[in-house]
Amino acid sequence: MSEPTQDSRGMDYLESLPRRWVTLYFPLIVFLVVLLFPFYWMVMTSFKPNEELVSKAANPFWIVSPTLAHFERLLFKTEYPQWMWNTILVSVVSTFTSLAASVFAAYAIERLRYKGSKQVGLAIFLAYLVPPSILFIPLAAIVFQLGLFDTRWALILTYPTFLIPFCTWLLMGYFRTIPYELEECALIDGATRWQVLTKIILPLAVPGLISAGIFAFTLSWNEFIYALTFISSSEVKTVPVGVITELVEGDVYHWGALMAGALLGSLPVAVLYSFFVEYYVSGMTGAVKE
Amino acid sequence: MSLSRYFNNRNTLGLLFMLPAAALLLVFLTYPLGLGTWLGFTDAKIGRSGEWVGLENFIYLFGDSVARLSLFNTLFYTIVASVIKFALGLWLALLLNKHLPFKAFLRAIVLLPFIVPTALSAIAFWWLYDSQFSVLSWTLVKMGVINRYIDFLGDPWLARLSTIAANIWRGVPFVAITLLAGLQTIAPSLYEAAALDGASEWQKFWHVTLPMLTPIIAVVMTFSVLFTFTDFQLIYVLTRGGPLNSTHLMATLSFQRAIPGGALGEGAALATAMVPFLLAAILFSYFGLQRRAWQQGGTDK
Repeated sequence: MSEPTQDSRGMDYLESLPRRWVTLYFPLIVFLVVLLFPFYWMVMTSFKPNEELVSKAANPFWIVSPTLAHFERLLFKTEYPQWMWNTILVSVVSTFTSLAASVFAAYAIERLRYKGSKQVGLAIFLAYLVPPSILFIPLAAIVFQLGLFDTRWALILTYPTFLIPFCTWLLMGYFRTIPYELEECALIDGATRWQVLTKIILPLAVPGLISAGIFAFTLSWNEFIYALTFISSSEVKTVPVGVITELVEGDVYHWGALMAGALLGSLPVAVLYSFFVEYYVSGMTGAVKE
Repeated sequence: MSLSRYFNNRNTLGLLFMLPAAALLLVFLTYPLGLGTWLGFTDAKIGRSGEWVGLENFIYLFGDSVARLSLFNTLFYTIVASVIKFALGLWLALLLNKHLPFKAFLRAIVLLPFIVPTALSAIAFWWLYDSQFSVLSWTLVKMGVINRYIDFLGDPWLARLSTIAANIWRGVPFVAITLLAGLQTIAPSLYEAAALDGASEWQKFWHVTLPMLTPIIAVVMTFSVLFTFTDFQLIYVLTRGGPLNSTHLMATLSFQRAIPGGALGEGAALATAMVPFLLAAILFSYFGLQRRAWQQGGTDK
Protein backbone atom coordinates (compact mmCIF):
# COMPACT_ATOMS: atom_id res chain seq x y z
CA MET A 1 0.00 0.00 0.00
CA SER A 2 1.48 3.29 -1.00
CA GLU A 3 1.45 5.98 1.63
CA PRO A 4 -0.04 9.35 0.77
CA THR A 5 2.63 11.73 -0.36
CA GLN A 6 2.67 15.49 -0.18
CA ASP A 7 1.51 15.33 -3.77
CA SER A 8 -1.95 14.44 -2.54
CA ARG A 9 -2.25 18.09 -1.63
CA GLY A 10 -2.67 18.40 -5.38
CA MET A 11 -4.43 21.53 -6.40
CA ASP A 12 -6.10 22.17 -3.07
CA TYR A 13 -4.54 25.62 -2.90
CA LEU A 14 -6.93 26.72 -5.60
CA GLU A 15 -9.81 26.41 -3.17
CA SER A 16 -10.75 29.45 -1.14
CA LEU A 17 -11.02 29.20 2.63
CA PRO A 18 -14.80 29.77 2.95
CA ARG A 19 -15.36 27.14 0.29
CA ARG A 20 -13.15 24.71 2.18
CA TRP A 21 -15.26 25.30 5.28
CA VAL A 22 -18.49 24.45 3.52
CA THR A 23 -17.27 21.49 1.47
CA LEU A 24 -14.68 20.02 3.81
CA TYR A 25 -14.51 21.09 7.44
CA PHE A 26 -18.21 21.38 8.16
CA PRO A 27 -19.23 17.93 6.80
CA LEU A 28 -16.19 16.40 8.45
CA ILE A 29 -17.11 17.87 11.83
CA VAL A 30 -20.66 16.54 11.49
CA PHE A 31 -19.28 13.07 10.67
CA LEU A 32 -16.96 13.15 13.68
CA VAL A 33 -19.65 14.35 16.08
CA VAL A 34 -22.07 11.61 14.99
CA LEU A 35 -19.41 8.88 15.02
CA LEU A 36 -18.06 9.85 18.43
CA PHE A 37 -21.25 10.86 20.21
CA PRO A 38 -22.20 7.35 21.42
CA PHE A 39 -18.79 7.10 23.10
CA TYR A 40 -19.21 10.47 24.77
CA TRP A 41 -22.58 9.27 25.93
CA MET A 42 -21.16 6.03 27.28
CA VAL A 43 -18.62 7.98 29.34
CA MET A 44 -21.17 10.52 30.59
CA THR A 45 -23.68 7.87 31.63
CA SER A 46 -21.18 5.67 33.40
CA PHE A 47 -20.08 8.51 35.71
CA LYS A 48 -23.52 9.95 36.29
CA PRO A 49 -25.45 9.27 39.52
CA ASN A 50 -28.87 7.61 39.09
CA GLU A 51 -30.85 10.73 40.14
CA GLU A 52 -29.27 12.69 37.31
CA LEU A 53 -29.83 9.87 34.81
CA VAL A 54 -33.60 9.94 35.24
CA SER A 55 -33.98 13.67 35.74
CA LYS A 56 -35.56 15.37 32.75
CA ALA A 57 -34.92 18.86 34.06
CA ALA A 58 -31.14 18.73 34.20
CA ASN A 59 -28.96 19.16 31.16
CA PRO A 60 -28.17 15.56 30.17
CA PHE A 61 -24.96 16.49 28.36
CA TRP A 62 -23.11 17.27 31.54
CA ILE A 63 -22.58 15.73 34.99
CA VAL A 64 -23.17 17.78 38.12
CA SER A 65 -21.70 15.35 40.65
CA PRO A 66 -19.73 12.52 39.00
CA THR A 67 -19.72 9.18 40.79
CA LEU A 68 -17.84 5.90 40.63
CA ALA A 69 -20.78 3.98 42.05
CA HIS A 70 -21.56 2.24 38.76
CA PHE A 71 -18.01 0.98 38.40
CA GLU A 72 -18.01 -0.13 42.01
CA ARG A 73 -21.22 -2.09 41.50
CA LEU A 74 -19.84 -3.60 38.30
CA LEU A 75 -16.52 -4.68 39.73
CA PHE A 76 -17.60 -5.86 43.16
CA LYS A 77 -21.25 -6.88 42.89
CA THR A 78 -21.25 -8.62 39.50
CA GLU A 79 -19.00 -11.20 37.88
CA TYR A 80 -17.62 -8.61 35.49
CA PRO A 81 -13.94 -9.18 36.44
CA GLN A 82 -14.43 -12.88 35.72
CA TRP A 83 -15.96 -12.12 32.29
CA MET A 84 -13.04 -9.85 31.57
CA TRP A 85 -10.59 -12.59 32.44
CA ASN A 86 -12.50 -15.10 30.28
CA THR A 87 -12.47 -12.72 27.33
CA ILE A 88 -8.74 -12.07 27.69
CA LEU A 89 -7.97 -15.77 28.01
CA VAL A 90 -10.13 -16.86 25.08
CA SER A 91 -8.96 -14.02 22.81
CA VAL A 92 -5.26 -14.46 23.56
CA VAL A 93 -5.24 -18.24 23.23
CA SER A 94 -7.34 -18.38 20.07
CA THR A 95 -5.36 -15.53 18.48
CA PHE A 96 -2.00 -17.19 19.07
CA THR A 97 -3.24 -20.62 18.01
CA SER A 98 -4.71 -19.20 14.81
CA LEU A 99 -1.63 -17.12 14.10
CA ALA A 100 0.67 -20.13 14.46
CA ALA A 101 -1.51 -22.35 12.26
CA SER A 102 -1.85 -19.53 9.71
CA VAL A 103 1.89 -18.89 9.42
CA PHE A 104 2.48 -22.50 8.41
CA ALA A 105 -0.52 -22.63 6.11
CA ALA A 106 0.27 -19.31 4.42
CA TYR A 107 3.93 -20.25 3.95
CA ALA A 108 2.97 -23.62 2.49
CA ILE A 109 0.41 -22.13 0.11
CA GLU A 110 2.48 -19.16 -0.96
CA ARG A 111 6.03 -20.51 -0.97
CA LEU A 112 6.09 -24.32 -0.94
CA ARG A 113 3.52 -24.32 -3.74
CA TYR A 114 2.62 -27.93 -3.16
CA LYS A 115 0.24 -29.65 -5.52
CA GLY A 116 -3.16 -28.01 -5.27
CA SER A 117 -1.98 -25.00 -3.24
CA LYS A 118 -3.78 -22.59 -5.57
CA GLN A 119 -7.13 -24.27 -4.95
CA VAL A 120 -6.47 -24.36 -1.22
CA GLY A 121 -5.71 -20.62 -1.28
CA LEU A 122 -9.06 -19.97 -2.93
CA ALA A 123 -10.80 -22.25 -0.43
CA ILE A 124 -9.24 -20.25 2.41
CA PHE A 125 -10.65 -17.06 0.94
CA LEU A 126 -14.10 -18.61 0.62
CA ALA A 127 -13.87 -19.88 4.20
CA TYR A 128 -13.30 -16.29 5.27
CA LEU A 129 -16.64 -15.37 3.72
CA VAL A 130 -18.63 -17.96 5.68
CA PRO A 131 -20.51 -15.96 8.31
CA PRO A 132 -20.83 -17.24 11.90
CA SER A 133 -24.59 -16.73 11.80
CA ILE A 134 -25.02 -19.71 9.49
CA LEU A 135 -22.54 -21.88 11.40
CA PHE A 136 -23.61 -21.50 15.00
CA ILE A 137 -26.45 -24.06 14.98
CA PRO A 138 -24.46 -27.04 13.66
CA LEU A 139 -21.45 -25.89 15.70
CA ALA A 140 -23.61 -25.92 18.81
CA ALA A 141 -24.50 -29.53 18.06
CA ILE A 142 -20.81 -30.42 17.56
CA VAL A 143 -19.70 -28.55 20.68
CA PHE A 144 -22.35 -30.40 22.65
CA GLN A 145 -21.31 -33.79 21.28
CA LEU A 146 -17.66 -33.14 22.10
CA GLY A 147 -18.66 -32.34 25.69
CA LEU A 148 -17.31 -28.81 25.38
CA PHE A 149 -20.61 -27.04 25.95
CA ASP A 150 -20.37 -24.27 28.55
CA THR A 151 -16.55 -24.34 28.65
CA ARG A 152 -13.97 -21.85 27.44
CA TRP A 153 -12.64 -24.56 25.13
CA ALA A 154 -15.80 -24.28 23.06
CA LEU A 155 -14.80 -20.72 22.19
CA ILE A 156 -11.06 -21.29 21.94
CA LEU A 157 -11.63 -24.05 19.39
CA THR A 158 -14.35 -22.36 17.34
CA TYR A 159 -12.92 -18.83 17.06
CA PRO A 160 -10.13 -20.08 14.76
CA THR A 161 -12.81 -20.85 12.17
CA PHE A 162 -12.96 -17.16 11.33
CA LEU A 163 -9.46 -16.23 12.53
CA ILE A 164 -7.43 -18.77 10.52
CA PRO A 165 -8.94 -17.89 7.11
CA PHE A 166 -8.43 -14.19 7.80
CA CYS A 167 -4.85 -14.50 9.12
CA THR A 168 -3.81 -16.95 6.41
CA TRP A 169 -5.19 -14.73 3.68
CA LEU A 170 -3.46 -11.67 5.10
CA LEU A 171 -0.13 -13.46 5.63
CA MET A 172 -0.25 -14.95 2.12
CA GLY A 173 -0.37 -11.42 0.78
CA TYR A 174 2.44 -10.42 3.09
CA PHE A 175 4.71 -13.35 2.24
CA ARG A 176 4.24 -12.54 -1.44
CA THR A 177 6.06 -9.23 -0.89
CA ILE A 178 9.18 -10.93 0.49
CA PRO A 179 11.63 -11.50 -2.37
CA TYR A 180 12.08 -15.08 -3.48
CA GLU A 181 15.84 -14.53 -3.90
CA LEU A 182 16.37 -14.37 -0.16
CA GLU A 183 14.95 -17.84 0.21
CA GLU A 184 16.83 -19.22 -2.77
CA CYS A 185 20.14 -17.97 -1.41
CA ALA A 186 19.49 -19.65 1.91
CA LEU A 187 18.42 -22.90 0.24
CA ILE A 188 21.57 -22.92 -1.90
CA ASP A 189 23.62 -22.38 1.26
CA GLY A 190 22.06 -25.57 2.58
CA ALA A 191 19.35 -24.21 4.86
CA THR A 192 16.34 -26.41 5.44
CA ARG A 193 12.84 -25.16 4.79
CA TRP A 194 12.33 -24.88 8.53
CA GLN A 195 15.39 -22.64 8.84
CA VAL A 196 14.21 -20.55 5.90
CA LEU A 197 10.86 -20.06 7.58
CA THR A 198 12.13 -19.25 11.07
CA LYS A 199 15.31 -17.33 10.22
CA ILE A 200 14.33 -15.44 7.05
CA ILE A 201 10.60 -15.28 6.46
CA LEU A 202 9.31 -14.76 9.99
CA PRO A 203 11.69 -11.92 10.96
CA LEU A 204 10.80 -10.13 7.74
CA ALA A 205 7.09 -10.74 8.23
CA VAL A 206 6.86 -9.22 11.72
CA PRO A 207 4.70 -6.25 10.60
CA GLY A 208 2.34 -8.67 8.87
CA LEU A 209 2.21 -10.84 11.96
CA ILE A 210 1.38 -7.83 14.13
CA SER A 211 -1.38 -6.74 11.71
CA ALA A 212 -2.90 -10.21 11.66
CA GLY A 213 -2.53 -10.61 15.42
CA ILE A 214 -4.12 -7.27 16.32
CA PHE A 215 -7.00 -7.80 13.94
CA ALA A 216 -7.56 -11.36 15.10
CA PHE A 217 -7.50 -10.27 18.73
CA THR A 218 -10.16 -7.61 18.20
CA LEU A 219 -12.27 -10.05 16.17
CA SER A 220 -12.25 -12.59 18.99
CA TRP A 221 -12.80 -9.89 21.62
CA ASN A 222 -15.87 -8.69 19.73
CA GLU A 223 -17.28 -12.13 18.95
CA PHE A 224 -20.84 -12.50 20.17
CA ILE A 225 -23.01 -15.20 18.63
CA TYR A 226 -20.79 -18.22 19.46
CA ALA A 227 -20.23 -17.01 23.01
CA LEU A 228 -23.97 -16.47 23.41
CA THR A 229 -24.85 -19.91 22.06
CA PHE A 230 -22.15 -22.14 23.55
CA ILE A 231 -21.98 -20.68 27.05
CA SER A 232 -24.69 -20.64 29.67
CA SER A 233 -22.97 -20.27 33.07
CA SER A 234 -22.17 -16.76 34.16
CA GLU A 235 -18.64 -17.61 35.30
CA VAL A 236 -17.48 -18.62 31.82
CA LYS A 237 -19.18 -15.81 29.88
CA THR A 238 -17.27 -13.21 27.89
CA VAL A 239 -17.72 -9.47 28.41
CA PRO A 240 -20.11 -8.71 25.49
CA VAL A 241 -22.36 -11.65 26.37
CA GLY A 242 -22.13 -11.14 30.13
CA VAL A 243 -23.09 -7.49 29.91
CA ILE A 244 -26.09 -8.23 27.68
CA THR A 245 -27.42 -11.28 29.49
CA GLU A 246 -26.54 -10.71 33.14
CA LEU A 247 -26.67 -6.96 33.71
CA VAL A 248 -30.16 -6.54 32.33
CA GLU A 249 -32.56 -7.52 35.09
CA GLY A 250 -36.16 -7.54 34.03
CA ASP A 251 -37.51 -4.09 33.34
CA VAL A 252 -35.06 -2.27 35.59
CA TYR A 253 -32.23 -1.09 33.43
CA HIS A 254 -29.13 -0.12 35.36
CA TRP A 255 -28.00 2.23 32.65
CA GLY A 256 -25.04 3.48 34.61
CA ALA A 257 -23.65 0.01 35.20
CA LEU A 258 -24.48 -1.08 31.64
CA MET A 259 -22.61 1.88 30.17
CA ALA A 260 -19.72 1.38 32.58
CA GLY A 261 -19.59 -2.26 31.47
CA ALA A 262 -19.65 -1.28 27.81
CA LEU A 263 -16.94 1.32 28.40
CA LEU A 264 -14.61 -1.02 30.29
CA GLY A 265 -15.22 -3.79 27.76
CA SER A 266 -14.35 -1.48 24.87
CA LEU A 267 -11.25 0.03 26.47
CA PRO A 268 -8.81 -2.89 25.98
CA VAL A 269 -9.41 -3.08 22.21
CA ALA A 270 -9.44 0.71 21.92
CA VAL A 271 -6.11 1.02 23.76
CA LEU A 272 -4.53 -1.81 21.77
CA TYR A 273 -5.86 -0.24 18.59
CA SER A 274 -4.48 3.20 19.48
CA PHE A 275 -0.99 1.75 19.76
CA PHE A 276 -1.19 -0.18 16.50
CA VAL A 277 -3.47 1.94 14.29
CA GLU A 278 -1.28 1.59 11.22
CA TYR A 279 -1.02 -2.18 11.57
CA TYR A 280 -4.73 -2.47 12.14
CA VAL A 281 -5.60 -0.37 9.11
CA SER A 282 -3.15 -2.21 6.89
CA GLY A 283 -4.62 -5.49 8.14
CA MET A 284 -8.12 -4.35 7.35
CA THR A 285 -7.37 -2.85 3.97
CA GLY A 286 -4.93 -5.64 3.09
CA ALA A 287 -7.59 -8.28 3.57
CA VAL A 288 -9.98 -6.38 1.36
CA LYS A 289 -7.55 -5.38 -1.34
CA GLU A 290 -6.13 -8.76 -2.28
CA MET B 1 19.73 -37.80 5.91
CA SER B 2 17.10 -39.26 3.66
CA LEU B 3 14.49 -38.44 6.28
CA SER B 4 15.41 -34.77 6.35
CA ARG B 5 15.37 -34.75 2.58
CA TYR B 6 11.95 -36.31 2.70
CA PHE B 7 10.81 -33.47 4.91
CA ASN B 8 12.26 -30.94 2.54
CA ASN B 9 10.07 -32.25 -0.28
CA ARG B 10 7.54 -29.55 -1.05
CA ASN B 11 4.51 -31.81 -1.14
CA THR B 12 5.27 -33.62 2.10
CA LEU B 13 6.27 -30.48 3.90
CA GLY B 14 3.30 -28.64 2.41
CA LEU B 15 0.94 -31.26 3.78
CA LEU B 16 2.63 -31.11 7.17
CA PHE B 17 2.46 -27.32 7.33
CA MET B 18 -1.20 -27.32 6.30
CA LEU B 19 -2.16 -29.86 8.94
CA PRO B 20 -3.02 -27.64 11.97
CA ALA B 21 -5.04 -25.12 9.97
CA ALA B 22 -6.70 -27.78 7.84
CA ALA B 23 -7.65 -29.92 10.84
CA LEU B 24 -9.27 -27.01 12.70
CA LEU B 25 -11.09 -25.75 9.61
CA LEU B 26 -12.31 -29.18 8.53
CA VAL B 27 -13.68 -30.06 11.96
CA PHE B 28 -15.13 -26.68 12.92
CA LEU B 29 -15.96 -25.11 9.55
CA THR B 30 -16.41 -27.55 6.68
CA TYR B 31 -18.09 -30.26 8.71
CA PRO B 32 -20.56 -27.88 10.43
CA LEU B 33 -21.33 -26.29 7.07
CA GLY B 34 -22.39 -29.68 5.76
CA LEU B 35 -24.05 -30.64 9.03
CA GLY B 36 -26.01 -27.38 9.03
CA THR B 37 -27.36 -28.05 5.56
CA TRP B 38 -28.27 -31.59 6.57
CA LEU B 39 -29.94 -30.41 9.79
CA GLY B 40 -32.09 -28.12 7.67
CA PHE B 41 -33.67 -31.23 6.16
CA THR B 42 -34.33 -32.93 9.50
CA ASP B 43 -36.63 -32.39 12.44
CA ALA B 44 -33.74 -32.26 14.94
CA LYS B 45 -34.50 -30.73 18.33
CA ILE B 46 -32.07 -29.86 21.09
CA GLY B 47 -31.01 -33.11 22.74
CA ARG B 48 -32.55 -35.30 20.04
CA SER B 49 -30.98 -36.10 16.72
CA GLY B 50 -33.45 -35.67 13.91
CA GLU B 51 -35.00 -37.75 11.19
CA TRP B 52 -34.84 -36.81 7.52
CA VAL B 53 -37.99 -34.88 6.65
CA GLY B 54 -37.07 -33.64 3.19
CA LEU B 55 -38.25 -30.14 2.35
CA GLU B 56 -40.75 -30.01 5.21
CA ASN B 57 -38.89 -27.28 7.13
CA PHE B 58 -38.57 -25.11 4.06
CA ILE B 59 -42.22 -25.57 3.11
CA TYR B 60 -43.25 -24.78 6.67
CA LEU B 61 -41.05 -21.66 6.76
CA PHE B 62 -42.37 -20.52 3.41
CA GLY B 63 -45.89 -20.61 4.82
CA ASP B 64 -44.79 -18.96 8.09
CA SER B 65 -45.59 -15.27 8.04
CA VAL B 66 -42.87 -14.46 10.59
CA ALA B 67 -40.22 -16.18 8.46
CA ARG B 68 -41.42 -14.33 5.36
CA LEU B 69 -41.37 -11.08 7.31
CA SER B 70 -37.81 -11.82 8.43
CA LEU B 71 -36.77 -12.26 4.79
CA PHE B 72 -38.33 -8.91 3.93
CA ASN B 73 -36.68 -7.29 6.95
CA THR B 74 -33.30 -8.75 6.07
CA LEU B 75 -33.48 -7.51 2.49
CA PHE B 76 -34.76 -4.10 3.55
CA TYR B 77 -32.11 -3.80 6.27
CA THR B 78 -29.32 -4.92 3.94
CA ILE B 79 -30.26 -2.80 0.95
CA VAL B 80 -31.04 0.44 2.79
CA ALA B 81 -28.06 0.16 5.17
CA SER B 82 -25.62 -0.83 2.42
CA VAL B 83 -26.62 1.95 0.04
CA ILE B 84 -26.35 4.60 2.76
CA LYS B 85 -23.11 3.12 4.11
CA PHE B 86 -21.66 3.25 0.63
CA ALA B 87 -22.73 6.84 -0.01
CA LEU B 88 -21.64 8.17 3.38
CA GLY B 89 -18.50 6.02 3.42
CA LEU B 90 -17.38 7.27 0.01
CA TRP B 91 -18.11 10.84 1.03
CA LEU B 92 -16.12 10.47 4.25
CA ALA B 93 -13.27 8.81 2.34
CA LEU B 94 -13.16 11.71 -0.12
CA LEU B 95 -13.12 14.21 2.76
CA LEU B 96 -10.31 12.37 4.53
CA ASN B 97 -8.34 12.17 1.30
CA LYS B 98 -8.07 15.96 1.17
CA HIS B 99 -5.14 17.76 2.67
CA LEU B 100 -6.02 18.08 6.34
CA PRO B 101 -4.32 18.86 9.62
CA PHE B 102 -4.06 15.86 12.01
CA LYS B 103 -4.96 13.51 9.17
CA ALA B 104 -3.57 10.35 10.77
CA PHE B 105 -5.29 11.15 14.04
CA LEU B 106 -8.60 11.81 12.31
CA ARG B 107 -8.38 8.54 10.44
CA ALA B 108 -7.65 6.73 13.68
CA ILE B 109 -10.66 8.07 15.57
CA VAL B 110 -13.00 7.64 12.61
CA LEU B 111 -12.45 3.90 12.81
CA LEU B 112 -13.38 3.66 16.51
CA PRO B 113 -17.03 2.61 15.97
CA PHE B 114 -15.79 -0.32 13.91
CA ILE B 115 -13.27 -1.71 16.41
CA VAL B 116 -15.39 -1.47 19.55
CA PRO B 117 -17.42 -4.65 20.26
CA THR B 118 -20.74 -4.26 18.42
CA ALA B 119 -22.70 -5.74 21.29
CA LEU B 120 -21.33 -3.05 23.60
CA SER B 121 -21.82 -0.09 21.29
CA ALA B 122 -25.30 -1.44 20.62
CA ILE B 123 -26.07 -1.00 24.33
CA ALA B 124 -25.13 2.64 23.97
CA PHE B 125 -27.61 2.91 21.12
CA TRP B 126 -30.19 1.10 23.18
CA TRP B 127 -29.79 3.79 25.82
CA LEU B 128 -29.86 6.53 23.16
CA TYR B 129 -33.11 5.04 21.85
CA ASP B 130 -34.71 4.69 25.29
CA SER B 131 -38.38 5.63 25.19
CA GLN B 132 -38.29 7.70 28.42
CA PHE B 133 -34.79 9.05 28.82
CA SER B 134 -33.45 9.27 25.29
CA VAL B 135 -31.11 12.23 24.93
CA LEU B 136 -32.10 12.47 21.27
CA SER B 137 -35.72 13.02 22.25
CA TRP B 138 -34.64 15.41 25.02
CA THR B 139 -32.71 17.55 22.54
CA LEU B 140 -35.51 17.58 19.98
CA VAL B 141 -38.06 18.51 22.62
CA LYS B 142 -35.85 21.34 23.92
CA MET B 143 -35.40 22.57 20.36
CA GLY B 144 -39.16 22.53 19.99
CA VAL B 145 -39.15 20.11 17.05
CA ILE B 146 -41.32 17.51 18.79
CA ASN B 147 -43.46 17.68 21.91
CA ARG B 148 -43.49 14.02 22.89
CA TYR B 149 -40.60 11.59 23.44
CA ILE B 150 -40.02 9.32 20.45
CA ASP B 151 -40.47 5.59 21.08
CA PHE B 152 -37.59 4.65 18.78
CA LEU B 153 -37.78 0.91 19.28
CA GLY B 154 -41.48 0.61 20.01
CA ASP B 155 -42.99 1.25 16.59
CA PRO B 156 -42.30 -1.28 13.77
CA TRP B 157 -41.07 1.18 11.14
CA LEU B 158 -39.28 3.42 13.59
CA ALA B 159 -37.55 0.36 15.03
CA ARG B 160 -36.46 -0.76 11.56
CA LEU B 161 -35.02 2.65 10.78
CA SER B 162 -33.39 2.98 14.20
CA THR B 163 -31.60 -0.36 13.91
CA ILE B 164 -30.53 0.55 10.38
CA ALA B 165 -29.13 3.85 11.70
CA ALA B 166 -27.09 1.99 14.32
CA ASN B 167 -25.82 -0.41 11.66
CA ILE B 168 -24.81 2.49 9.43
CA TRP B 169 -22.99 4.14 12.33
CA ARG B 170 -20.91 1.03 12.79
CA GLY B 171 -20.35 0.30 9.09
CA VAL B 172 -19.47 3.71 7.66
CA PRO B 173 -15.95 3.78 9.16
CA PHE B 174 -15.10 0.41 7.60
CA VAL B 175 -16.27 1.51 4.15
CA ALA B 176 -14.61 4.93 4.49
CA ILE B 177 -11.20 3.70 5.63
CA THR B 178 -10.96 0.90 3.06
CA LEU B 179 -12.09 3.20 0.25
CA LEU B 180 -9.60 5.80 1.50
CA ALA B 181 -6.84 3.22 1.07
CA GLY B 182 -8.08 2.77 -2.49
CA LEU B 183 -8.19 6.52 -3.14
CA GLN B 184 -4.58 6.88 -2.01
CA THR B 185 -3.43 4.52 -4.73
CA ILE B 186 -4.85 6.74 -7.49
CA ALA B 187 -1.97 8.65 -9.07
CA PRO B 188 -2.27 12.46 -8.62
CA SER B 189 -1.04 12.84 -12.21
CA LEU B 190 -4.41 11.57 -13.44
CA TYR B 191 -6.14 14.48 -11.71
CA GLU B 192 -3.57 16.94 -13.04
CA ALA B 193 -4.11 15.63 -16.56
CA ALA B 194 -7.87 15.95 -16.10
CA ALA B 195 -7.47 19.49 -14.76
CA LEU B 196 -5.34 20.46 -17.75
CA ASP B 197 -8.11 19.18 -19.99
CA GLY B 198 -10.47 21.51 -18.14
CA ALA B 199 -12.40 18.94 -16.14
CA SER B 200 -14.62 20.19 -13.34
CA GLU B 201 -14.50 18.70 -9.84
CA TRP B 202 -17.56 16.62 -10.63
CA GLN B 203 -16.07 15.37 -13.91
CA LYS B 204 -12.84 14.43 -12.13
CA PHE B 205 -14.84 12.43 -9.64
CA TRP B 206 -17.05 10.79 -12.24
CA HIS B 207 -14.39 10.04 -14.89
CA VAL B 208 -11.25 9.49 -12.79
CA THR B 209 -12.02 8.62 -9.17
CA LEU B 210 -14.99 6.34 -9.64
CA PRO B 211 -13.62 4.16 -12.49
CA MET B 212 -10.27 3.77 -10.70
CA LEU B 213 -12.05 2.85 -7.49
CA THR B 214 -14.54 0.35 -8.97
CA PRO B 215 -12.60 -2.84 -8.15
CA ILE B 216 -12.11 -1.94 -4.51
CA ILE B 217 -15.70 -0.70 -4.22
CA ALA B 218 -16.85 -4.10 -5.45
CA VAL B 219 -14.88 -5.93 -2.76
CA VAL B 220 -15.67 -3.54 0.08
CA MET B 221 -19.36 -3.54 -0.68
CA THR B 222 -19.45 -7.33 -0.93
CA PHE B 223 -18.00 -7.54 2.55
CA SER B 224 -20.35 -4.87 3.78
CA VAL B 225 -23.38 -6.63 2.27
CA LEU B 226 -22.29 -10.00 3.69
CA PHE B 227 -21.85 -8.58 7.19
CA THR B 228 -25.11 -6.66 7.05
CA PHE B 229 -27.12 -9.55 5.64
CA THR B 230 -25.91 -11.91 8.36
CA ASP B 231 -26.04 -9.34 11.16
CA PHE B 232 -27.09 -10.67 14.51
CA GLN B 233 -25.62 -8.78 17.48
CA LEU B 234 -27.13 -5.40 16.82
CA ILE B 235 -30.69 -6.68 16.49
CA TYR B 236 -30.30 -9.12 19.36
CA VAL B 237 -29.21 -6.34 21.70
CA LEU B 238 -31.53 -3.58 20.50
CA THR B 239 -34.85 -5.29 19.91
CA ARG B 240 -34.52 -9.13 19.99
CA GLY B 241 -36.58 -8.99 16.80
CA GLY B 242 -39.45 -6.96 18.21
CA PRO B 243 -41.76 -5.07 18.16
CA LEU B 244 -44.13 -7.58 16.52
CA ASN B 245 -41.17 -9.31 14.81
CA SER B 246 -40.72 -6.21 12.71
CA THR B 247 -36.93 -6.18 13.08
CA HIS B 248 -36.30 -9.93 13.05
CA LEU B 249 -33.54 -10.72 10.59
CA MET B 250 -33.07 -14.25 9.29
CA ALA B 251 -30.07 -14.69 11.59
CA THR B 252 -31.90 -13.58 14.73
CA LEU B 253 -34.99 -15.61 13.85
CA SER B 254 -32.92 -18.73 13.24
CA PHE B 255 -31.25 -18.20 16.62
CA GLN B 256 -34.59 -17.76 18.33
CA ARG B 257 -36.12 -20.85 16.75
CA ALA B 258 -33.07 -23.05 17.23
CA ILE B 259 -31.55 -22.16 20.59
CA PRO B 260 -34.22 -20.86 22.99
CA GLY B 261 -36.95 -22.53 20.89
CA GLY B 262 -35.06 -25.81 20.58
CA ALA B 263 -36.05 -26.44 16.94
CA LEU B 264 -32.56 -27.02 15.55
CA GLY B 265 -33.83 -28.28 12.20
CA GLU B 266 -36.01 -25.28 11.58
CA GLY B 267 -33.29 -22.83 12.62
CA ALA B 268 -30.76 -24.59 10.41
CA ALA B 269 -33.19 -24.44 7.48
CA LEU B 270 -33.50 -20.68 7.97
CA ALA B 271 -29.72 -20.33 8.07
CA THR B 272 -29.39 -22.48 4.95
CA ALA B 273 -31.92 -20.26 3.19
CA MET B 274 -29.45 -17.39 3.62
CA VAL B 275 -26.75 -19.16 1.59
CA PRO B 276 -28.13 -18.44 -1.93
CA PHE B 277 -28.19 -14.71 -1.12
CA LEU B 278 -24.62 -14.83 0.14
CA LEU B 279 -23.50 -16.70 -2.97
CA ALA B 280 -25.17 -14.09 -5.14
CA ALA B 281 -23.24 -11.35 -3.31
CA ILE B 282 -19.96 -13.22 -3.71
CA LEU B 283 -20.56 -13.80 -7.43
CA PHE B 284 -21.31 -10.12 -7.79
CA SER B 285 -17.93 -9.36 -6.24
CA TYR B 286 -16.25 -11.91 -8.50
CA PHE B 287 -17.52 -10.12 -11.58
CA GLY B 288 -16.50 -6.84 -9.99
CA LEU B 289 -12.99 -8.22 -9.76
CA GLN B 290 -13.10 -9.39 -13.34
CA ARG B 291 -13.35 -5.79 -14.38
CA ARG B 292 -10.13 -5.14 -12.60
CA ALA B 293 -8.19 -7.30 -15.06
CA TRP B 294 -9.86 -5.47 -17.89
CA GLN B 295 -8.97 -2.14 -16.35
CA GLN B 296 -5.38 -3.05 -15.75
CA GLY B 297 -5.11 -4.31 -19.30
CA GLY B 298 -5.89 -0.80 -20.45
CA THR B 299 -3.34 0.94 -18.26
CA ASP B 300 0.37 0.36 -17.95
CA LYS B 301 1.42 -0.17 -14.38
